[in-house]
Amino acid sequence: MTRAMDLPRPTVDAHQLNAAHRRRQRLSQGLVYVLLIGGALTFMLPLILMVSTSLKSYTEINTYPPSFLPKEWLPSNYPEAWNYQNTNFPLWTQNTLTILLLTVPGVLLTSSLCAYGFARLKFPGRNLWFILVLASIMLPPQVTLIPLYILFFKLGWLNTFLPLIVPPWFGGGALNIFLLRQFFMQIPRELDEAAIIDGAGHLRIWWSIYLPLSRPALVSVALLTILGIWNDFLGPLIYLTTPNKFTLALGLNMFQGLFVTRTDYIMVISSLMVIPMILLFLVAQRYIVQGFVTSGLKG
Amino acid sequence: MASLTQPRLKPKRSPTFWRDTLCGYLFILPVVLGLLIWTFGPMIASAYYSLTDYKIVDEPVFIGLKNFVELFTKDRLFAQSLSVTFRYAIMYVILGQVVGLLLAKLLTQRVRGLSFFRTLFYLPIIVPLVASALLWRYMFNKEYGPINAMFQSVGLQGPNWLGSPDSALFSMVIISVWTGAVTTIIYVAGLQQVPEELYDSAKIDGANALQSFRFVTIPMLSPTIFFNVVTGIIASFQFFIPAFVITQGEGGPVYSTYFYNLNLYDKAFRWLEMGYASAMAWVMFGIIIALTLLIFRSSPLWVYYEGGVRE
Repeated sequence: MTRAMDLPRPTVDAHQLNAAHRRRQRLSQGLVYVLLIGGALTFMLPLILMVSTSLKSYTEINTYPPSFLPKEWLPSNYPEAWNYQNTNFPLWTQNTLTILLLTVPGVLLTSSLCAYGFARLKFPGRNLWFILVLASIMLPPQVTLIPLYILFFKLGWLNTFLPLIVPPWFGGGALNIFLLRQFFMQIPRELDEAAIIDGAGHLRIWWSIYLPLSRPALVSVALLTILGIWNDFLGPLIYLTTPNKFTLALGLNMFQGLFVTRTDYIMVISSLMVIPMILLFLVAQRYIVQGFVTSGLKG
Repeated sequence: MASLTQPRLKPKRSPTFWRDTLCGYLFILPVVLGLLIWTFGPMIASAYYSLTDYKIVDEPVFIGLKNFVELFTKDRLFAQSLSVTFRYAIMYVILGQVVGLLLAKLLTQRVRGLSFFRTLFYLPIIVPLVASALLWRYMFNKEYGPINAMFQSVGLQGPNWLGSPDSALFSMVIISVWTGAVTTIIYVAGLQQVPEELYDSAKIDGANALQSFRFVTIPMLSPTIFFNVVTGIIASFQFFIPAFVITQGEGGPVYSTYFYNLNLYDKAFRWLEMGYASAMAWVMFGIIIALTLLIFRSSPLWVYYEGGVRE
C-alpha cells in the first residue's frame, strides 16, 4: 500500500534530501543513546549504591554528604553481617534452598502433565477446567489465605515447610500450565501421531517427545519458580514462625527490624540475596523475559 | 443429506471415548485436585467465615452480614486503608504506564547494543521486594540518603520522602515503578508486534514522531495498555511487601501507607479475627472484579483490535 505513494518528489533534490535525512537520523540516534545511558544509569543507580554501601564503614554511611563509592573499602562487612549475633544466615540460606529443591521438580512435573492434557487430549470438561484454571489467576490470594492458614493449622503444618512445598505439586501454578500449554500447542501433531502408530502411550509421548522439545519453556517455568520462591515473603511470613525455619527473605526482614540503623549490614545481606538472582538473570535473561511475556505475571 | 430422511442419530462416541476421558483426567488430575483443595474449597470456607465471628481458637459463630456492616459503617481504619490503596492504585497505574511506555519505546529503537540496555532496565525485576524495600528506604533517607544529597547539591531541600505522611505514599509508587519492569517488558513485546509499514505510511503522510506515537503506537498498543492497566490494578490491591518491610507493618507515618493488605494482615494474623479478615478479602475481591468489569465495558471505546470485532 505504501509503495504507491513512494513516488519521487520533483521539487526537492533527492541528493540533498538524503543528506539531510541521514544527518537527522544520526542526531536522533545520538539522542536515543543519551536517553538510554541516562535511563540505564538512573535505573541501575540504586543497585550500584546497594553494593557500594555494603562496602562502606558505618560512620561513612552516616556522614553528610554521602559518597558514591566507599572512601575506605570494607569487604570485611560481608563476613561480619553474615555471622551477626542472633542471626543465622547460613541456616536461612539452607532453608531457602531446601524449599527450592523440593518445589521446582513438582512444579515442572505436574504443570507439564496438566499442560499436555489441556493441549493434546480431547475429553469432556476439558475447556471448562481450563477456564477454571485461568480464572483462578484472577482470584486474589487473600481470599484463600485464611482458610488455608486454618487448614495448615489443623494439619499441624504451621512452622514447617510443607505449606510452601506441597501446594505447588498440584499443577505448579496456573500461569505455568498456561505457559507450557501455549508451547505444547505449537508442537506439530504429526509427531505424536507417528508415535501413536509406533505404539507409544500418552505418558510416553509427553515424556519423550514433548518434554525434550519444550526445553526453553521448561527452563522459563523453572526460572520463574526459582525467582518466585527466592523472593517469596508473604508465605514464609505467615507460615514460618520460629527463626530456625526462616527463609532468607524473612531473615533479612527480621535483621532489619532488629538493627534498623546498621544500613551497612542490611545492604550486605541485600546484596547477597540479589547477586545470585542477577547472575541467573544475566545467564538466562531470554528465558525469563519470555516467561514474563507469555504469562504477563506481575510482582 | 442423509439426515433429511433418517432420524438424527446421536453422534457416535468413538470406541476409545471412555479410555480417552480417563486418560485426559489423569493428566490434569494434579490441577483438578489442586483447584479443589487449595482454591475452591478454601473459597467456600472463606465465604462462610466472612459471615462468622471466628477467632481461630474457638469454633466460628455465625453472625450474618455483621462483619460487612461493621466494615462499611464503623471501621475507620478500613476506610483509611481503602483510600490509601485507591490513591496508590491511581498513581501507580498512571505513572507505571507512562514510564513503561516511554521506556519500551526507547528500548525498541533500532540502535546497536540494545539487548545490553534492555538487560539493565529489566534488572530490578529480579530484586527481592524485601531487598528493594530496604534499598529504597536508604535511598529516601532524609539526611543521609543519596536522593536528598542530589537535591542538596543543587541547593534544594529534598522532601522527607517516606518519613512524611504527605510524600510516603508517592514514595511507595516510585519504588513500585522501579521494581515494575514487567510492564515495560510487556510493552516492548507489544511494540514489536506493531507493523513497520504503519510507521512508514504515517511518515509519508507527514506525521512527526509525536503524531505517529499518538496515532499509530497508542491505538495499535491499546490491547496491551488494557492488559497492563488491568494487571496494574490487581497488583495495586496486592501491594504489601514494601509497605510492610519499610513501616515494619505499621503503615506509617500516621497510617499514610496503611494499605488494604496491611490492614487485612493485622486483622488476621495479629488479632486473629479470621471472620472479619475473610470479609475484608471478599470485599477486596469484589472491588477488583468491579474495576475489571468497568474497564472491560469501557474497552470498546478506547481499545482498538486489529481485524475489527473482538472475540
